[in-house]
Amino acid sequence: MLATAIIVFREVIEAALIVAIVLGASRGIAGRGRWVSAGIGLGLAGAAVVAAFADVITGAFQGNGQAYLNAGVLLAAVCMLAWHNIWMSSHGRELAAEVKSVGHDVKSGSKPLTALMVITFVAVMREGSEVVLFLWALGTSGSAGSMVLGGLLGAAAGVAVGTLMYRGLLSIPLRHFFSVTGWMVLLIAAGLAAQAASFLNQAGLLPALGSNLWDTSHLLDQSGTAGKMLHTLIGYTARPSGIQLLFYVTTLAVILTLMRWVGKRHAAARAT
Amino acid sequence: MARRLALVSAALLGLTALAALADGPVQIDIKAQAFTPAEIHVPAGVKVELHIVNDDALPAEFESTDLSREIVVPAHGQVKVFIGPLDAGRYRFFNDFHQESEGWVVVDAAAGK
Repeated sequence: MLATAIIVFREVIEAALIVAIVLGASRGIAGRGRWVSAGIGLGLAGAAVVAAFADVITGAFQGNGQAYLNAGVLLAAVCMLAWHNIWMSSHGRELAAEVKSVGHDVKSGSKPLTALMVITFVAVMREGSEVVLFLWALGTSGSAGSMVLGGLLGAAAGVAVGTLMYRGLLSIPLRHFFSVTGWMVLLIAAGLAAQAASFLNQAGLLPALGSNLWDTSHLLDQSGTAGKMLHTLIGYTARPSGIQLLFYVTTLAVILTLMRWVGKRHAAARAT
Repeated sequence: MARRLALVSAALLGLTALAALADGPVQIDIKAQAFTPAEIHVPAGVKVELHIVNDDALPAEFESTDLSREIVVPAHGQVKVFIGPLDAGRYRFFNDFHQESEGWVVVDAAAGK
Protein backbone atom coordinates (compact mmCIF):
# COMPACT_ATOMS: atom_id res chain seq x y z
CA MET A 1 0.00 0.00 0.00
CA LEU A 2 2.84 2.36 0.88
CA ALA A 3 4.50 1.69 -2.47
CA THR A 4 1.25 2.58 -4.21
CA ALA A 5 0.90 5.74 -2.16
CA ILE A 6 4.44 6.80 -3.05
CA ILE A 7 3.93 6.31 -6.79
CA VAL A 8 0.64 8.22 -6.72
CA PHE A 9 2.20 10.91 -4.56
CA ARG A 10 5.02 11.42 -7.03
CA GLU A 11 2.60 11.85 -9.92
CA VAL A 12 0.16 14.08 -8.04
CA ILE A 13 2.91 16.31 -6.69
CA GLU A 14 3.97 17.27 -10.21
CA ALA A 15 0.52 18.61 -11.02
CA ALA A 16 0.06 20.06 -7.52
CA LEU A 17 3.27 22.09 -7.74
CA ILE A 18 2.26 23.58 -11.07
CA VAL A 19 -1.25 24.42 -9.84
CA ALA A 20 0.21 25.99 -6.66
CA ILE A 21 2.52 28.21 -8.66
CA VAL A 22 -0.21 29.16 -11.13
CA LEU A 23 -2.46 30.09 -8.18
CA GLY A 24 0.34 32.13 -6.66
CA ALA A 25 1.24 33.85 -9.91
CA SER A 26 -2.40 34.82 -10.52
CA ARG A 27 -2.93 36.22 -7.04
CA GLY A 28 -5.33 39.14 -7.08
CA ILE A 29 -6.85 38.36 -10.46
CA ALA A 30 -10.60 38.19 -9.88
CA GLY A 31 -12.22 34.90 -10.88
CA ARG A 32 -8.98 32.88 -10.93
CA GLY A 33 -10.31 30.37 -8.38
CA ARG A 34 -13.21 29.46 -10.64
CA TRP A 35 -11.00 29.12 -13.72
CA VAL A 36 -8.35 27.06 -11.97
CA SER A 37 -11.06 24.80 -10.49
CA ALA A 38 -12.51 24.38 -13.97
CA GLY A 39 -9.02 23.43 -15.15
CA ILE A 40 -8.73 20.80 -12.42
CA GLY A 41 -12.19 19.40 -13.22
CA LEU A 42 -11.53 19.25 -16.96
CA GLY A 43 -8.08 17.79 -16.24
CA LEU A 44 -9.57 14.94 -14.19
CA ALA A 45 -12.13 14.23 -16.91
CA GLY A 46 -9.38 14.41 -19.53
CA ALA A 47 -7.22 12.03 -17.49
CA ALA A 48 -10.02 9.45 -17.44
CA VAL A 49 -10.55 9.79 -21.20
CA VAL A 50 -6.82 9.51 -21.99
CA ALA A 51 -6.50 6.46 -19.72
CA ALA A 52 -9.60 4.80 -21.19
CA PHE A 53 -8.40 5.34 -24.75
CA ALA A 54 -4.72 4.59 -24.09
CA ASP A 55 -4.78 1.84 -26.73
CA VAL A 56 -6.31 4.06 -29.40
CA ILE A 57 -3.97 6.97 -28.63
CA THR A 58 -0.94 4.68 -28.67
CA GLY A 59 -1.84 3.34 -32.09
CA ALA A 60 -2.52 6.75 -33.65
CA PHE A 61 0.00 8.44 -35.97
CA GLN A 62 1.91 5.25 -36.80
CA GLY A 63 2.39 4.50 -33.12
CA ASN A 64 3.46 8.03 -32.23
CA GLY A 65 0.10 9.12 -30.80
CA GLN A 66 1.22 9.38 -27.19
CA ALA A 67 4.33 11.34 -28.01
CA TYR A 68 2.42 13.79 -30.23
CA LEU A 69 -0.36 14.22 -27.66
CA ASN A 70 2.15 14.89 -24.89
CA ALA A 71 4.22 17.28 -26.98
CA GLY A 72 1.05 19.07 -28.13
CA VAL A 73 -0.45 19.66 -24.70
CA LEU A 74 2.97 20.59 -23.27
CA LEU A 75 3.57 23.19 -25.97
CA ALA A 76 0.04 24.57 -25.42
CA ALA A 77 0.88 24.92 -21.71
CA VAL A 78 4.16 26.66 -22.59
CA CYS A 79 2.27 29.21 -24.73
CA MET A 80 -0.21 29.85 -21.93
CA LEU A 81 2.54 30.29 -19.33
CA ALA A 82 4.27 32.69 -21.71
CA TRP A 83 1.03 34.61 -22.23
CA HIS A 84 0.50 34.87 -18.49
CA ASN A 85 4.00 36.20 -17.88
CA ILE A 86 3.88 38.66 -20.75
CA TRP A 87 0.52 39.96 -19.52
CA MET A 88 1.94 40.25 -16.01
CA SER A 89 4.91 42.27 -17.26
CA SER A 90 2.49 45.11 -18.02
CA HIS A 91 -0.07 44.56 -15.24
CA GLY A 92 2.00 43.13 -12.40
CA ARG A 93 2.53 46.49 -10.74
CA GLU A 94 -1.15 47.42 -10.66
CA LEU A 95 -2.00 43.93 -9.51
CA ALA A 96 0.45 44.15 -6.61
CA ALA A 97 -1.12 47.48 -5.65
CA GLU A 98 -4.63 46.08 -5.71
CA VAL A 99 -3.88 42.73 -4.19
CA LYS A 100 -4.71 43.89 -0.65
CA SER A 101 -8.32 44.47 -1.61
CA VAL A 102 -8.95 40.88 -2.63
CA GLY A 103 -11.59 40.47 -5.28
CA HIS A 104 -10.81 43.74 -6.98
CA ASP A 105 -10.44 43.18 -10.66
CA VAL A 106 -7.63 44.67 -12.68
CA LYS A 107 -9.23 47.06 -15.12
CA SER A 108 -7.26 46.92 -18.34
CA GLY A 109 -6.15 44.23 -20.74
CA SER A 110 -7.60 40.81 -21.41
CA LYS A 111 -6.88 38.81 -18.32
CA PRO A 112 -5.12 35.51 -18.98
CA LEU A 113 -7.80 33.49 -17.20
CA THR A 114 -8.11 31.00 -20.05
CA ALA A 115 -4.36 30.54 -19.75
CA LEU A 116 -4.68 29.57 -16.09
CA MET A 117 -7.35 27.05 -16.97
CA VAL A 118 -5.39 25.48 -19.82
CA ILE A 119 -2.18 25.18 -17.76
CA THR A 120 -4.07 23.52 -14.88
CA PHE A 121 -5.94 21.27 -17.29
CA VAL A 122 -2.72 20.07 -18.95
CA ALA A 123 -0.90 19.44 -15.67
CA VAL A 124 -3.80 17.51 -14.12
CA MET A 125 -4.59 15.55 -17.29
CA ARG A 126 -1.01 14.39 -17.89
CA GLU A 127 -0.25 13.22 -14.38
CA GLY A 128 -3.83 12.12 -13.73
CA SER A 129 -3.98 9.76 -16.70
CA GLU A 130 -0.88 7.97 -15.41
CA VAL A 131 -2.39 7.66 -11.96
CA VAL A 132 -5.63 6.27 -13.40
CA LEU A 133 -3.79 3.69 -15.51
CA PHE A 134 -1.54 2.68 -12.65
CA LEU A 135 -4.37 2.34 -10.13
CA TRP A 136 -6.53 0.50 -12.63
CA ALA A 137 -3.69 -1.99 -13.18
CA LEU A 138 -3.43 -2.51 -9.44
CA GLY A 139 -7.18 -2.89 -9.03
CA THR A 140 -7.51 -5.49 -11.77
CA SER A 141 -4.58 -7.48 -10.39
CA GLY A 142 -6.54 -8.08 -7.20
CA SER A 143 -5.21 -5.42 -4.84
CA ALA A 144 -8.28 -3.22 -4.77
CA GLY A 145 -7.73 -2.25 -1.13
CA SER A 146 -4.20 -1.11 -1.80
CA MET A 147 -5.47 0.72 -4.88
CA VAL A 148 -8.07 2.77 -3.01
CA LEU A 149 -6.11 3.43 0.18
CA GLY A 150 -2.74 4.00 -1.48
CA GLY A 151 -4.33 6.17 -4.14
CA LEU A 152 -6.14 8.36 -1.65
CA LEU A 153 -3.13 8.62 0.65
CA GLY A 154 -0.76 9.48 -2.18
CA ALA A 155 -3.13 12.02 -3.68
CA ALA A 156 -3.74 13.65 -0.29
CA ALA A 157 0.00 13.89 0.36
CA GLY A 158 0.60 15.39 -3.08
CA VAL A 159 -2.11 17.99 -2.61
CA ALA A 160 -0.70 18.75 0.87
CA VAL A 161 2.73 19.51 -0.60
CA GLY A 162 1.10 21.74 -3.23
CA THR A 163 -0.77 23.59 -0.47
CA LEU A 164 2.46 24.05 1.49
CA MET A 165 4.10 25.40 -1.64
CA TYR A 166 1.25 27.87 -2.12
CA ARG A 167 1.38 28.97 1.55
CA GLY A 168 5.13 29.38 1.24
CA LEU A 169 4.70 31.55 -1.83
CA LEU A 170 2.19 33.77 -0.03
CA SER A 171 4.75 34.48 2.66
CA ILE A 172 6.97 36.25 0.12
CA PRO A 173 6.74 40.04 0.63
CA LEU A 174 4.37 41.63 -1.87
CA ARG A 175 7.15 43.82 -3.22
CA HIS A 176 8.99 40.79 -4.58
CA PHE A 177 6.03 38.48 -4.94
CA PHE A 178 5.24 38.76 -8.65
CA SER A 179 8.86 38.80 -9.74
CA VAL A 180 9.44 35.54 -7.83
CA THR A 181 6.34 33.85 -9.25
CA GLY A 182 7.19 35.26 -12.68
CA TRP A 183 10.59 33.56 -12.61
CA MET A 184 9.03 30.32 -11.41
CA VAL A 185 6.50 30.39 -14.24
CA LEU A 186 9.30 31.14 -16.70
CA LEU A 187 11.41 28.19 -15.53
CA ILE A 188 8.42 25.84 -15.59
CA ALA A 189 7.67 26.95 -19.15
CA ALA A 190 11.26 26.31 -20.26
CA GLY A 191 11.24 22.89 -18.58
CA LEU A 192 7.95 21.90 -20.22
CA ALA A 193 9.27 23.01 -23.61
CA ALA A 194 12.31 20.78 -23.11
CA GLN A 195 9.97 17.89 -22.22
CA ALA A 196 7.98 18.52 -25.39
CA ALA A 197 11.23 18.41 -27.35
CA SER A 198 12.11 15.00 -25.96
CA PHE A 199 8.66 13.66 -26.85
CA LEU A 200 9.10 14.85 -30.44
CA ASN A 201 12.57 13.30 -30.45
CA GLN A 202 11.13 10.07 -29.02
CA ALA A 203 8.77 9.93 -31.99
CA GLY A 204 11.69 10.42 -34.36
CA LEU A 205 10.43 13.82 -35.51
CA LEU A 206 13.24 15.95 -34.08
CA PRO A 207 16.95 15.10 -33.97
CA ALA A 208 18.63 14.58 -30.56
CA LEU A 209 21.50 17.01 -31.33
CA GLY A 210 23.86 15.10 -29.08
CA SER A 211 23.33 12.96 -26.00
CA ASN A 212 24.55 13.31 -22.42
CA LEU A 213 25.60 16.96 -22.69
CA TRP A 214 26.37 16.53 -19.01
CA ASP A 215 25.69 13.85 -16.42
CA THR A 216 24.70 14.90 -12.92
CA SER A 217 22.80 11.71 -12.07
CA HIS A 218 25.31 10.86 -9.34
CA LEU A 219 24.66 14.27 -7.72
CA LEU A 220 20.87 14.28 -8.02
CA ASP A 221 18.99 11.29 -9.36
CA GLN A 222 16.27 12.56 -11.65
CA SER A 223 14.04 9.56 -10.93
CA GLY A 224 14.10 10.22 -7.17
CA THR A 225 11.45 12.38 -5.51
CA ALA A 226 13.66 15.48 -5.20
CA GLY A 227 14.94 15.09 -8.76
CA LYS A 228 11.41 14.66 -10.06
CA MET A 229 10.21 17.78 -8.24
CA LEU A 230 13.09 19.82 -9.61
CA HIS A 231 12.33 18.37 -13.03
CA THR A 232 8.83 19.85 -12.76
CA LEU A 233 9.89 23.15 -11.23
CA ILE A 234 12.95 24.09 -13.28
CA GLY A 235 13.19 21.32 -15.86
CA TYR A 236 16.10 19.61 -14.13
CA THR A 237 17.49 16.90 -16.41
CA ALA A 238 20.42 14.77 -15.24
CA ARG A 239 21.55 13.68 -18.72
CA PRO A 240 20.14 16.11 -21.27
CA SER A 241 20.25 15.90 -25.02
CA GLY A 242 21.03 18.85 -27.27
CA ILE A 243 17.45 19.33 -28.44
CA GLN A 244 16.22 19.61 -24.83
CA LEU A 245 18.77 22.29 -24.04
CA LEU A 246 17.98 24.13 -27.27
CA PHE A 247 14.23 24.21 -26.50
CA TYR A 248 14.90 25.21 -22.90
CA VAL A 249 17.19 28.12 -23.74
CA THR A 250 15.10 29.31 -26.70
CA THR A 251 11.90 29.31 -24.64
CA LEU A 252 13.58 31.28 -21.86
CA ALA A 253 15.03 33.79 -24.30
CA VAL A 254 11.80 34.30 -26.28
CA ILE A 255 9.54 34.75 -23.24
CA LEU A 256 12.02 37.06 -21.48
CA THR A 257 12.43 39.20 -24.59
CA LEU A 258 8.67 39.53 -25.04
CA MET A 259 8.21 40.35 -21.35
CA ARG A 260 10.84 43.09 -21.50
CA TRP A 261 9.41 44.48 -24.73
CA VAL A 262 5.80 44.58 -23.55
CA GLY A 263 6.84 45.91 -20.14
CA LYS A 264 8.83 48.75 -21.71
CA ARG A 265 6.02 49.66 -24.11
CA HIS A 266 3.56 49.72 -21.25
CA ALA A 267 5.85 51.93 -19.14
CA ALA A 268 6.33 54.31 -22.07
CA ALA A 269 2.58 54.50 -22.64
CA ARG A 270 1.99 55.34 -18.98
CA ALA A 271 4.67 58.04 -19.01
CA THR A 272 3.05 59.97 -21.86
CA MET B 1 21.28 36.67 -30.79
CA ALA B 2 18.09 35.13 -32.12
CA ARG B 3 19.54 35.06 -35.63
CA ARG B 4 22.73 33.42 -34.52
CA LEU B 5 20.73 30.83 -32.57
CA ALA B 6 18.64 30.13 -35.65
CA LEU B 7 21.77 29.68 -37.77
CA VAL B 8 23.40 27.35 -35.26
CA SER B 9 20.26 25.28 -34.87
CA ALA B 10 19.78 25.06 -38.64
CA ALA B 11 23.35 23.81 -38.98
CA LEU B 12 22.87 21.28 -36.20
CA LEU B 13 19.59 20.09 -37.67
CA GLY B 14 21.32 19.58 -40.99
CA LEU B 15 24.10 17.59 -39.39
CA THR B 16 21.95 15.29 -37.33
CA ALA B 17 19.33 14.73 -39.97
CA LEU B 18 22.07 12.54 -41.40
CA ALA B 19 22.16 10.42 -38.22
CA ALA B 20 22.16 6.82 -39.34
CA LEU B 21 19.37 4.50 -38.21
CA ALA B 22 20.52 1.14 -36.86
CA ASP B 23 19.27 -1.85 -38.88
CA GLY B 24 15.99 -3.13 -37.63
CA PRO B 25 14.19 -2.40 -34.40
CA VAL B 26 15.32 -3.88 -31.10
CA GLN B 27 12.56 -5.61 -29.18
CA ILE B 28 12.09 -5.62 -25.42
CA ASP B 29 9.31 -7.72 -23.92
CA ILE B 30 7.52 -7.09 -20.67
CA LYS B 31 6.66 -10.47 -19.14
CA ALA B 32 5.36 -10.89 -15.60
CA GLN B 33 6.33 -7.25 -15.03
CA ALA B 34 9.99 -7.83 -15.94
CA PHE B 35 11.88 -6.59 -18.98
CA THR B 36 13.32 -9.31 -21.21
CA PRO B 37 16.06 -8.88 -22.13
CA ALA B 38 16.89 -6.62 -19.20
CA GLU B 39 19.97 -5.43 -20.99
CA ILE B 40 20.21 -4.51 -24.65
CA HIS B 41 23.34 -3.53 -26.50
CA VAL B 42 23.19 -0.86 -29.18
CA PRO B 43 25.98 0.76 -31.17
CA ALA B 44 27.13 4.32 -30.43
CA GLY B 45 26.26 7.17 -32.74
CA VAL B 46 23.18 5.71 -34.42
CA LYS B 47 19.48 6.18 -33.91
CA VAL B 48 17.80 2.98 -32.69
CA GLU B 49 14.13 2.04 -32.81
CA LEU B 50 12.92 0.13 -29.78
CA HIS B 51 9.76 -1.97 -29.80
CA ILE B 52 8.38 -2.51 -26.34
CA VAL B 53 5.91 -5.40 -26.30
CA ASN B 54 3.74 -5.88 -23.24
CA ASP B 55 2.69 -9.52 -22.79
CA ASP B 56 1.03 -8.79 -19.45
CA ALA B 57 -2.60 -8.01 -18.77
CA LEU B 58 -1.42 -4.90 -16.89
CA PRO B 59 -0.44 -1.59 -18.44
CA ALA B 60 3.19 -0.54 -17.96
CA GLU B 61 5.05 2.70 -18.43
CA PHE B 62 8.41 2.42 -20.11
CA GLU B 63 10.37 5.30 -18.65
CA SER B 64 13.98 6.40 -18.65
CA THR B 65 15.20 9.58 -17.05
CA ASP B 66 18.66 8.86 -18.48
CA LEU B 67 17.20 8.91 -21.99
CA SER B 68 14.26 11.27 -21.30
CA ARG B 69 11.81 8.68 -22.62
CA GLU B 70 8.31 8.09 -21.27
CA ILE B 71 5.57 6.03 -22.84
CA VAL B 72 2.63 4.01 -21.59
CA VAL B 73 2.59 0.44 -22.91
CA PRO B 74 -1.05 -0.72 -22.78
CA ALA B 75 -1.88 -4.23 -21.56
CA HIS B 76 -1.15 -6.70 -24.40
CA GLY B 77 -0.04 -3.73 -26.48
CA GLN B 78 3.16 -2.55 -28.06
CA VAL B 79 4.81 0.78 -28.63
CA LYS B 80 7.81 2.10 -30.50
CA VAL B 81 10.37 4.54 -29.19
CA PHE B 82 13.37 6.05 -30.92
CA ILE B 83 16.57 6.52 -28.92
CA GLY B 84 19.92 8.00 -29.79
CA PRO B 85 22.30 8.65 -31.39
CA LEU B 86 23.94 7.98 -28.02
CA ASP B 87 27.44 8.21 -26.61
CA ALA B 88 28.98 5.06 -25.13
CA GLY B 89 27.66 4.37 -21.64
CA ARG B 90 24.88 2.76 -19.64
CA TYR B 91 21.37 4.17 -19.62
CA ARG B 92 18.77 2.87 -17.15
CA PHE B 93 15.10 2.39 -17.95
CA PHE B 94 12.29 1.23 -15.67
CA ASN B 95 8.57 0.56 -15.43
CA ASP B 96 7.09 3.63 -13.78
CA PHE B 97 4.06 1.56 -12.72
CA HIS B 98 6.24 -1.15 -11.15
CA GLN B 99 9.49 0.48 -10.25
CA GLU B 100 11.36 -2.67 -9.27
CA SER B 101 11.44 -3.65 -12.96
CA GLU B 102 14.41 -2.05 -14.59
CA GLY B 103 16.75 -2.62 -17.47
CA TRP B 104 19.71 -1.09 -19.22
CA VAL B 105 20.54 0.20 -22.65
CA VAL B 106 24.25 -0.39 -23.01
CA VAL B 107 25.91 1.64 -25.71
CA ASP B 108 29.16 0.09 -26.78
CA ALA B 109 31.94 2.31 -28.01
CA ALA B 110 32.18 2.29 -31.80
CA ALA B 111 34.71 -0.19 -33.16
CA GLY B 112 38.14 1.28 -33.79
CA LYS B 113 37.80 3.94 -31.11
